[in-house]
Parts: sequence; C-alpha cells; structure tokens
Amino acid sequence: MEDLAPKIIFWVFAALMLGSALFVVAGNNLVRSAFALLATFFSVAAFYVLLGADFLAGAQVLVYVGGILTLIIFGVMLTNRIYSLELNTPKFQVVPGALVSAAVFAILVSVIRVTPWKQASIVEEGPTTARIGQALMNQYVLPFEVASVLLLVALLGAAMLVRRRTDL
Amino acid sequence: MIPLEYFLIVAAALFSLGLFGMLTRKNAVNVLMSIELIFNSANINLVAFSRFVTGDTEGQVFALLVIAIAACEAAVALAIVMSLYRITKGVNLPDASVLKG
Repeated sequence: MEDLAPKIIFWVFAALMLGSALFVVAGNNLVRSAFALLATFFSVAAFYVLLGADFLAGAQVLVYVGGILTLIIFGVMLTNRIYSLELNTPKFQVVPGALVSAAVFAILVSVIRVTPWKQASIVEEGPTTARIGQALMNQYVLPFEVASVLLLVALLGAAMLVRRRTDL
Repeated sequence: MIPLEYFLIVAAALFSLGLFGMLTRKNAVNVLMSIELIFNSANINLVAFSRFVTGDTEGQVFALLVIAIAACEAAVALAIVMSLYRITKGVNLPDASVLKG
C-alpha cells in the first residue's frame, strides 16, 4: 500500500506536467499559456519532493512561481494590448518543428532505455538543506560566488536595457 | 520506488515539448516560456541522477545554480523583449531583422 502512493503521485503529476506543458507550447492565448506554465512549475516541484529534494522544491516554488512566472506575466502585459484580440499568437514551421522534436524525443528515449545506469549503493535520506548549504560553502563556493556576481550583472543589465534612450 | 528511467523519460518529453515551442512560436514571450520548460526538464534530470546514481545532494546543488541562472536569463531576456517592443511595436521574432544586411 505504501508502495502504491508514490506511483499514483508520480503519474498524476507527470500527466499534469506534460498536459500543461503541451498547453503552454500549443495554446493560442498568451495569458492562458502563462497560467498553464504555473501548473507545470508546480508539478516539477512535486517531482522534486518525490525525489527527496525538499529544499529544491521550495526554491522551485519561490523562484519560478514567485519570480520568473511573475516576470513573464509582466512581460505579457507590457508587450501586448490585453484588451484587444491580438493576444492570439501565431505559429509557424509547425510540421518541421513537430518532426524535429519527435525525433529528439525518440532518440532520448532509446538512449535512456539502452544505457545501463549505475545505481547508488547508499542513498542519503532526510532533509537536504544543511547538506546543500555545506556543499555550497565548501566545495562549490566559487560557482556560488560567480552566480551571485551574475545575478548582480543581470540586474544592472536588465535595468540598462529597458531604460529610455533619451536620458543616456 | 519509481525507477530512474521513468523520471528521465518524463523529463525527455518535457524537453521535446519545450523544443517544439521554441521552434514553432513567433511570439518572443512564448519562446521564453518554452526555454523555461527546457530548463525544468534538465533540472529534473539532475535531481533524478543525484538521487539514483550518486545518492548524495551534489546534483541538487547544480540544479540550484541552474535555477539562479534561469532567473537571470528571464530578467535579461524580458528586458530585450521590451526593447524589441519599443523598436518594432510588437514581439514577433521574425520582425527582429534589423541586423539583417
């Protein structure tokens, strides 16, 4: 019985994730696509919980849902006239695009099925926050600092890019 | 326990959907959403490998850095979209051909 619950959760969230992702890429209305993206991000967070990554699930909800999705919705609202019917976004190259992505998917699935994946002998259970923090402060302190500089540069660069040209 | 391959196949499907959106949409914001789907599929792979292959949290550290870089990417890309909107009065990517000779 306790073996059944993760399976049900996995399939429910896999269906939710792929269904909402299909809506994001194939839907016609930009605002509805943005809200479907919300469901995709939450399902990915559920997958992180299933994989025992509790801190990452929290970070996913905070950064993606609270930050990136809000930014995308701002982008939609600032670049489209919401009240007009112009929100239906055009598609092109549908058949070649579908062929290419189906081919990529087929190749990925065949590689995944053929490869003999190494299995870990010991899996560390329990909360991950302390271990991630220690790894970031010891072994990965350089990528951590580079990421912080990158965030600062992105902040300044984004502010520069959207500034009006007249006050340069 | 759900085997590793299931997570990888779901992530591969998410990646292919994101690739399809990237190739077929004209609206720049839609292309950005598809790129976010691809980031998420890569992150699922990293976390699944850290759970099943190495058994520790190293893959989660990488996934955390990917999330930080995705936030940077979204901010800068939306700033570029704003500039594009100011120049072309729209966000259709085929219109962004100012640099074409």
